[in-house]
Amino acid sequence: MRVLLALLLLILATPLRAGEIVGALSQNRVSLTANFSGTEILIFGAIRQDAARIEEDAPFDIIIVVEGPREPVAIRRKDRVLGIWVNTEQALMASVPSFYAVATTGPLAQILSPDEDARLRISPAQAIRAEQIVGGGGDPAAFSEALLRLRARAEAYRALDRWVFLDRDILFRANVRLPANLTEGAYTTRMYLVREGQVVHQFRTAIFVRKEGIERWLSQMAYDQPLLYGLMALLLALVAGWGASEATRFLRR
Amino acid sequence: MQIYLPIAEVAANALTLLGIGGGVGMLSGMFGVGGGFLVTPLLFFIGIPPAVAVATGVNQVVASSISGVLAHLKRKTVDLPMGMVLLAGGLVGSTIGIALFRWLSRMGQIDLVVQLSYVLFLGVIGALMLQESLRAWWRTTRPNTPRRKAHVHTWVHALPLKMKFRASGLYISVIPPLLVGALVGILGAIMGVGGGFLMVPAMIYLLGMPTKVVIGTSLFQIIFTAAFTTLMHAVTSHSVDIVLAFFLILGGVIGAQVGAVIGLRLKAEQLRILLALLVLAVSAKIGLDLVLRPDELFSISVPGRH
Repeated sequence: MRVLLALLLLILATPLRAGEIVGALSQNRVSLTANFSGTEILIFGAIRQDAARIEEDAPFDIIIVVEGPREPVAIRRKDRVLGIWVNTEQALMASVPSFYAVATTGPLAQILSPDEDARLRISPAQAIRAEQIVGGGGDPAAFSEALLRLRARAEAYRALDRWVFLDRDILFRANVRLPANLTEGAYTTRMYLVREGQVVHQFRTAIFVRKEGIERWLSQMAYDQPLLYGLMALLLALVAGWGASEATRFLRR
Repeated sequence: MQIYLPIAEVAANALTLLGIGGGVGMLSGMFGVGGGFLVTPLLFFIGIPPAVAVATGVNQVVASSISGVLAHLKRKTVDLPMGMVLLAGGLVGSTIGIALFRWLSRMGQIDLVVQLSYVLFLGVIGALMLQESLRAWWRTTRPNTPRRKAHVHTWVHALPLKMKFRASGLYISVIPPLLVGALVGILGAIMGVGGGFLMVPAMIYLLGMPTKVVIGTSLFQIIFTAAFTTLMHAVTSHSVDIVLAFFLILGGVIGAQVGAVIGLRLKAEQLRILLALLVLAVSAKIGLDLVLRPDELFSISVPGRH
């Protein structure tokens, strides 16, 4: 009997290291309207695993990645030329995320193995794919590091360690703030279940960001009918200028 | 209150924008300048992308010039034929300036050229203005010193294609005004300014126009050059932010009235000294930024966006 029980436990605990992650967002649409000043998205979900195995399995961690639309960037470096600081060298990267946030239950370097990070491109340094850089003179790495540093300072790239809260070992949640200067497009949201440095399971969803209302109307017009848009800007100036002079005359009388 | 600017694609505080518009409007009411040379650097400072700041600054200049020129038209202090000649030069200059602006943006050197132009032109004009206004102030305190001759014949009067400008009492070649207009047009497009601070001294010292018609005529010309530049920026680089312009203009219109009242209470010479010092201060600030080692040597930009 005792042998049988031991065998059963062995079968349950070995190779099948199942466990699934499912998640959701408090909102999957963000509207850039006139009074948009950034927003907070609640990302939450649960871990599904066999109750019998919870005790034996190694502790798990959660990594949540929110990645904005990819776009090209030019990185420039200043040097002193004839006493003034001038942009001299530049490097181009064809596709880097406009926004990137990594929220975790623990320090990323400790919970995820470097190989796994390189494979799934989870940390910001991996996500920008530094090897795609073109130009940058003799030191392209300095340029990709500068990109990471500048974007981190602008709070576009964020490492949110210990930002994901676990509840009763099955529920998790994290608040990720999206700043005011968002680029329009799809923000993919990936949730990883990590155990012993390896990603066991992942779940993907997306947040759609777009301009709405008058903001959408104006920016579309600026690009689709630029002449009309320019004339509208001039009309605004004309009305304001004329109105001001009439108002002064009225007040002086 | 934060407002999301659809073209700049950043949020800015509406009160800050009204404050910038109002403060600059106050100065333009006091001194009779468009104030573009202050608006554009201030917009850089609060984080508006340079291309949007320049294009929207020009739009704001249109509004302030219109309200100014209407007052001058009533007082008949606008030399319309001269304004037209300057304008013809200005439109050519503006077209060249816009092309230069696009080319420099692509080269990644637009910030440098804008900053250098500010340092150079504001520095020279500020220094000239300060010297001139200090001398005028000195003259008013000692009334018996001899005055400068009103009409000096220079190389300007020897050029062909002469034309009569009745309101200015001039009979000169159209080439110098065309060149002055073109130069101001180029700078206006690159620096996001109307160019009044450059045009006014050029009209007085280079063309020999009487002071009373100078401001009205320069404003008249600036309206059209700035309007043309706004349109060109809107069409070629989609960088005019109408929401940003709205708040700047609203603040500017109110500020200009306050400034005009304050201006009436100050003496003209003192006013000019103050303006000269202000222009020099802006120039010195931008100049220092170029010479001192920046904290961050790298910068990033997204091609195709502002």
